[in-house]
Amino acid sequence: MSDQKKKNLTPVQQEYQKFASEREIKRPIVKNCIKAFFVGGFICVIGQCIQTFYYTFFPFTEKSAGDPTVATLIIASVLLTGFGVYDRIGQFAGAGSAVPVTGFANSMAAAAIEHRTEGYVLGVGGNMFKLAGSVIVYGTVAAFIVAIIKTLFTEWGGL
Amino acid sequence: MLVGHRTWEFVQKPVILSTGTVAGPFEAKGRIPNDFDTLHADLWLGQDSFEKAEKVMFEEACIKAVEKAKLTLNDIQFIFAGDLVNQLTPTTFAARTLAVPYLGLFGACSTSMEGLALAAYIVNSGGAKYVLTGTSSHNAATEKQFRYPTEYGSQKPPTAQWTVTAAGTAIVTANGNGPFITSATIGKIIDMGLSDPYNMGGAMAPAAVDTIEAHLKDRNISPSYYDVIVTGDLGKIGQTIAYDLLQKHRIDIAKEQFRDCGLMIYRDDQPVQSGASGAGCSAAVTYGHLLNRMKKGDWKRMLIVATGALLSPLSFQQKETIPCIAHAVSIEAE
Repeated sequence: MSDQKKKNLTPVQQEYQKFASEREIKRPIVKNCIKAFFVGGFICVIGQCIQTFYYTFFPFTEKSAGDPTVATLIIASVLLTGFGVYDRIGQFAGAGSAVPVTGFANSMAAAAIEHRTEGYVLGVGGNMFKLAGSVIVYGTVAAFIVAIIKTLFTEWGGL
Repeated sequence: MLVGHRTWEFVQKPVILSTGTVAGPFEAKGRIPNDFDTLHADLWLGQDSFEKAEKVMFEEACIKAVEKAKLTLNDIQFIFAGDLVNQLTPTTFAARTLAVPYLGLFGACSTSMEGLALAAYIVNSGGAKYVLTGTSSHNAATEKQFRYPTEYGSQKPPTAQWTVTAAGTAIVTANGNGPFITSATIGKIIDMGLSDPYNMGGAMAPAAVDTIEAHLKDRNISPSYYDVIVTGDLGKIGQTIAYDLLQKHRIDIAKEQFRDCGLMIYRDDQPVQSGASGAGCSAAVTYGHLLNRMKKGDWKRMLIVATGALLSPLSFQQKETIPCIAHAVSIEAE
């Protein structure tokens, strides 16, 4: 907790929070990181296999095989979400299943399934980007800033 | 009547005439499936939304309690009930079906004892002959309301708790052979500045301790008066904190005498992290398991302390801390 936040707490609250945090089960961060590394890596290996499959057996180049690969992973993720498997993988893998494109697909499919009872327009359509929306917004903002920095360097930096 | 600051003693000794408990498939695989009247294999209960499923579950629990008491719905004067969904949707819509005068209550997971305390008070003072009280919660409906979509693959920390899919109701009346409702202590909001909705046990523990202390002081009794003091849904962490806090406040309570509904409902190998929570948890466990144990003669006096975290999805996003409450009701066999 930040010091700023702590300042607003009464001494009784501070004492209790210390008392409580001593008894709290902490997130196993190292274990979670290792699991995330291997599961995330495994998902990427599957992705690589799919990509290799596409440019070996279909008329794709190594570069153009990326699109059908992502599409395949998204379909797989959406199906796993629909069958109620992806959230279990997520509990085990944490960031490992959240960071790859499958996690993004999961967040959209999960929200779409969840709000289906409210109808296709206001329910599914309106809520599909409930979680994914901020990824798109801040992804775009980040890309914009990075692009400006790159432009500044290449145009005036002479790199 | 009023003793001390905030405790009612019920001199007419209202009784719990009958109870109705209904639970879902995950609870059926738990530790106490035989203590539920009805178990459902389908989380949807054949409905097309989880909110409707919760409504049906609550209706079933109400009808079960009425049937077991050999009454009809016309005999019930009032329903005091609530749940966790926005605007108490499942409970209100169930009350529409049941067509009984209804007061909706919101005390988050403490609603069960809030309702029982009020029901006992009304019956004790002659305000009604039969009052039906109860709560329900549905795992998927509550997750949707307070957290992420159910199928979203986020990782829950070890402090998180699993919202039960269950409903529990009780009919309170003036005369009978017990179990008797002898007293109730109304809690006050305690906020220790915790804001993590994945650690509700830690946030609620001080509220439970405050209410237990107030109850013992108001009634001028020691903890040994009760065979068992059961908290609502503190879970593993909250229960440990509450126990240590009671020791720190020099309230002499034995470890085996201090239990938690949130730790009774599931088996250790079910993936529920810190234990169970939800408005239906304390209701279904109290009106099912705990009263059955009392009937068997295991315990003669128990104090149920239902705890509630009164946060909303909005307050959490606006970085507010979690206000917590606990209401205690004592149930005695004779």
